[in-house]
Amino acid sequence: MPERKRITTPLTKEVVAELRAGDGVLISGILYTARDAAHKRLVELIEKGEKLPFDLEGQIIYYVGPAPAPPGYPIGSAGPTTSYRMDPYAPILIEYGLRGMIGKGQRSQPVLEAMKKFGAVYFAAVGGAAALIARSIKKAEVIAYPELGAEAIRRLEVEDFPCIVANDMHGGNLFIEGPREYRQKSQKP
Amino acid sequence: MREFDVSDVIEPVKKSCIEANTVLPDDVKKALLEAKGKEESPVGSETLSQIEENIKISASEKLPLCQDTGFAVLFVEIGQDVHLAGGSLREALNEGVRQGYKEGYLRKSIVADPAGERINTNDNTPAIIHLDLVPGDKIKITIAPKGGGSENMSTIKMMKPADGLSGIKDFVVDWVQKAGGNPCPPVVVGVGIGGTFEHVAFLAKKALLRDIGSHHPDPIYAEAEAEILKRVNATGVGPMGLGGRVTALAVFIETHPCHIASMPVAVNINCHAARHKTVIL
Repeated sequence: MPERKRITTPLTKEVVAELRAGDGVLISGILYTARDAAHKRLVELIEKGEKLPFDLEGQIIYYVGPAPAPPGYPIGSAGPTTSYRMDPYAPILIEYGLRGMIGKGQRSQPVLEAMKKFGAVYFAAVGGAAALIARSIKKAEVIAYPELGAEAIRRLEVEDFPCIVANDMHGGNLFIEGPREYRQKSQKP
Repeated sequence: MREFDVSDVIEPVKKSCIEANTVLPDDVKKALLEAKGKEESPVGSETLSQIEENIKISASEKLPLCQDTGFAVLFVEIGQDVHLAGGSLREALNEGVRQGYKEGYLRKSIVADPAGERINTNDNTPAIIHLDLVPGDKIKITIAPKGGGSENMSTIKMMKPADGLSGIKDFVVDWVQKAGGNPCPPVVVGVGIGGTFEHVAFLAKKALLRDIGSHHPDPIYAEAEAEILKRVNATGVGPMGLGGRVTALAVFIETHPCHIASMPVAVNINCHAARHKTVIL
């Protein structure tokens, strides 16, 4: 892994514009967590013209439903969940200012187009490296929908959260470019 | 006839839930280490290093390997010379799961109604329990926590006998390639062939319990396992789908006789945290 870029939230469009698919990144600052159920509610609020539980501008949403925090830990194991389930909701959030998403697995075309149009980035974290990733989370606080349990929206303070740029705002896509580089010739196209 | 009080499963099930979610079986750890030696992609190697470090942290700090501590899938073999007393075995198994997920700080991931309000049951029950009667006077319980991300990448196809084993191989390779990074590769691929619609899915799931390094007893299927593995690893999908040489750690095929008109095939994928723990009581 080459040198990793350090970035801090909130992200500006300029910072996002410099990131390229394949870059290793360490994120510090604030991340907001949301999964399927919370996304559904956020989009409903936008559609009704109501205020969101946090300002989306420049922020990163981390797709995670953490394990409960054992005594003495700010959070339990907290690796990424599969991102495509959030694809129906992501474009409108990007339109309303979201600059980054962290998850695992490939995204849909409408999400990639919204990322290009409004300037957003998608980071892949290592699924199943949940105890390791939790070490970069220094503080966690539920800020909305506590009744959703693991799916509540949390505000996380992170230091050097490890991830990789999977999709940049210029169309770079590591889910296509990476496998293409390592696909063996014997493999059917 | 051996008398067995069903409440005696609670403690072992509780402990097994916690251990399965924090300590990987040795064969999986070994396979992941070997994968690291084969991986040529820098991103893939970094991913495998993080996975290796995570395994160490989980074991030493008793933290779940993955925040998705899964659906508790229990395979229970009951010796037919055992007399179960003291209440419902199913309820006792669920009680063990309930206690394990609470005491182990494991995530509760089960909602009561699948397509309605989707309210969390808050104790990770009910478990999926597969009961089987076998000769003997023991009870064997295998706990296999199954994450939602990899489970969502399952499929079933009622293939035509004319498709043959080569059709099955193409179907499985194509499916794993399409699943890409979603099921958290490097994965373990469980393939069921034969039986009926419901049984073939069970076979695919059961295949995931096999030790890495084991082969189907029939050389035809053992060779198919090897070929599918080779072809899956040639797709370039790589760790977390970001490109690389290692997409799967193993392919396991389980078979069952089937109807003259049918050739059912099911694929169930496990993530690299291929968790399971067996106790014999």
